[in-house]
Amino acid sequence: MPALLSLKQIKKSYGPIEALKGVDLELNAGEILALVGDNGAGKSTLIKVLSGAITPDSGEIALDGAVVNFPDPRSSTKHGLATVYQDLALCENLDVVSNLFLGHEELFKIRFPHILASMKMQRMAIDLLSSLSIKLPSIRSRVEQLSGGQRQAVAIARSLVRDPRIVLLDEPTAALGALQRRDLIQLMRTLRDRGLGVIFITHNLNEVLEVSDRVLVLRQGSNISTAQIKDITEASLIAVITGISDDLVSKVGA
Amino acid sequence: MKNIEQGTLSKKKHQSDRMPAAIRELLPAVSALLLITTVMTLINHKFLLPSNISNLLLQQAEPAMLAIGLVMILFLGEIDLSVGAVSGFCAAIMASLTARHGVDPIVAILIAVAVGASVGFFQSIWVVSFGIPAFIVTLAGLIGWQGGLFAVLGQQGTINLTEPKIEFLTQAFLSKSFAWTVVILLCSVYIFIRIQTVRRSRELELEGTKLILVLIQSAIFAAILIILLLYFQRDRGIPVSFFIVLSMATLLHLISRYTRFGRQVYAIGGNLEAARRAGIPVKRVRIQVFMLATVCAAIAGVLGGSRLSAVGSGQGGGTLLLNSIAAVVIGGTSLFGGRGHIWSAVIGSLIIGAISNGMDLLALASPIKYVVTALVLLAAVTFDSVSRSRSAKLTP
Repeated sequence: MPALLSLKQIKKSYGPIEALKGVDLELNAGEILALVGDNGAGKSTLIKVLSGAITPDSGEIALDGAVVNFPDPRSSTKHGLATVYQDLALCENLDVVSNLFLGHEELFKIRFPHILASMKMQRMAIDLLSSLSIKLPSIRSRVEQLSGGQRQAVAIARSLVRDPRIVLLDEPTAALGALQRRDLIQLMRTLRDRGLGVIFITHNLNEVLEVSDRVLVLRQGSNISTAQIKDITEASLIAVITGISDDLVSKVGA
Repeated sequence: MKNIEQGTLSKKKHQSDRMPAAIRELLPAVSALLLITTVMTLINHKFLLPSNISNLLLQQAEPAMLAIGLVMILFLGEIDLSVGAVSGFCAAIMASLTARHGVDPIVAILIAVAVGASVGFFQSIWVVSFGIPAFIVTLAGLIGWQGGLFAVLGQQGTINLTEPKIEFLTQAFLSKSFAWTVVILLCSVYIFIRIQTVRRSRELELEGTKLILVLIQSAIFAAILIILLLYFQRDRGIPVSFFIVLSMATLLHLISRYTRFGRQVYAIGGNLEAARRAGIPVKRVRIQVFMLATVCAAIAGVLGGSRLSAVGSGQGGGTLLLNSIAAVVIGGTSLFGGRGHIWSAVIGSLIIGAISNGMDLLALASPIKYVVTALVLLAAVTFDSVSRSRSAKLTP
C-alpha cells in the first residue's frame, strides 16, 4: 500500500542557494512525523512546498501513490493538506467562529447576496471544538482576547474545518507555556488517532521523543536519516542533527 | 458536546445578551451625542426644537454621506483623502450636465455616481497593484480631482442648479404616510428577523438570546423609531436628503455585518496577510471598498450641490473631508483597521453638527467651534487607542 504522502527528490534553490537538495519523505496515515534539523536545514522550505506557498524546482509529490502538484495554497488545501503557520495567521479582531471559517464561510442557499449562515457556523464550530476537547471562554470572543495556547488551538481547529488528511504544523509549541504545550500535544494525538497524518517542526528534542511516532532529520537541505522513535535515543538524535553521525539507529561513534 | 457554550458561558452569563452587539459598540458615541445634546439644550432651549434639529440634519447630510463611505475604508485600515475632491468633481459633472447640456437630472446623477465609481476604481488600482500607500495615491487624487472640478466649472466658476428634481433632494421632507410606512416596515422586518433567529438557535441547540429579551429589545427599537418620527413631524418631518443618508447607512450596515463581503473587509483590516492566506480575494475586495467610498462621495456631492442650489469652486473642499474623517473616528471606528461600525459615521457627523449648530445658536465665534471639535476628536482617538491597548493587555 502506498504511503499517504510521499516526496521524492524535492529540490528548491533560491538563486545560488540550494535550500532543498533532493529530499525524500514518507508519511503514513495515523502517524506523527517530527521534522527536525538545525537552522537552515530546510524544514520551513519543505513545509512551504507542501502548503503550496512555494513550488519546488524538481521532484515529485504523491498522495496515496498518485502524483499531484501544488502551484498555490488553494490546491494544497483542496488535496486535503492543512497548514498551521508559525504566526497562526488569525484575524485577531474577529471572533473564534469567524476565524474558523475564514475564507470558507457557510452561506445561505441563495445566489446573491452572499449572506453568512452565522448560526450554522456557530453550531459547526461548537461541534468541532468539543470533538477536539478544546475549551474556550466563548466561541464569540475575539481572538485577541484569547491566550497563546487558545489561539494555537483555534488555528489548528481551523485547519480541520475542511476535513484534511494531513496537517502540517510549523513550530506549534514554540510560543507556549508548559500547560498549553501539554494540551497541544494531546490535540496532536487526537488528530493521529483519527487517522490523520501529522507533520510538525520543532526544535525541542524532548517533544520529539514524547509525541512523535517517527522522526526525520534534515541537514543542509538533505534528509539524513529517519527512524521510529522507539528505536532511537536523545543522544543519537543530537548526533545526527549536529552531523556527528548519519544514522539515527546506530550507536554514537560506532 | 456543550461544555464550551454552556459549561463556561452560561455560568457567568455575558452582558452581551442584554444589548445587541451593534448597540454596545456604538454606546460611547451615542452617549457623547446625548451628552452634547443635553448640554446644548440646557444652554439654549432652542437647540432641541424640531425645526433646529431638522436644519442640523440638512446641514450634515453631505458630510455624513461622505463619512459613510470613509468608514468602509477605515475598516480596511486604509484612508482616502480624495473623497472630498471627488464629491466636488462629481457634483460639478452633475451640475454641468443638467444646467448646461439639458440632461435629465436623474440621468445626470447616475452619470455622476458612475464617474465616482470609476475614480475609485482608478485610484485603488494604484494602491492594490503597485503597493503605493493609499494615503499618497488619494492625496494625489485630492489635488487632481480638485483640478477636475475647476475644469468642469470653466470660466464662470459657478453653476446654478434650479432643477426642481435636484432641489427636491435637500429641500423636501418625507410625506407623513411614506415615513410611517417605512417605520412600520422596518419594525416588522426587525422583529421578524429577531424572532426567526431565536427559533433557529433553538433548533440548533445554540445558546441564544432569550425570547423575552428579544421582544423587549424589539419594543425598544420600535419605540425609538416612533418617538423620533413623531418628534420630527412636529415640524416639517424628516428631510429627504437625510433619509437618503439613513438608507445608505442601513444598506452598508447590513452588508458589513451579515454578508461574506463584509466579513472579508473586516478580516483584511484585521490581518491582511492572514486574509490572503485564507483564500480571500484581497485585491478585489479592496478595490470594491475604494469604489464604494467614491460612490458615496459622488452622492454626497449631489446632496451638497442640491443644498446650495449651485456648484462652485469650493464644492467638496474646505473642512468637509477633515470633518468627515473626524466624524468617523468620533463615532468610534478605529483608524487602525478591522474595528468599527457603519453607524459611527452618522453618529459622529451628528456630534460634529451638534457642536457647530449649538455654538452658532450661542453666537460664539468660530474659533471656539473649531477648538471644541478638535477636543472631541482628540478625546475619541484617545479612547480608541486606550481601549485597544487594554484589550491587548487582556491576553497573557
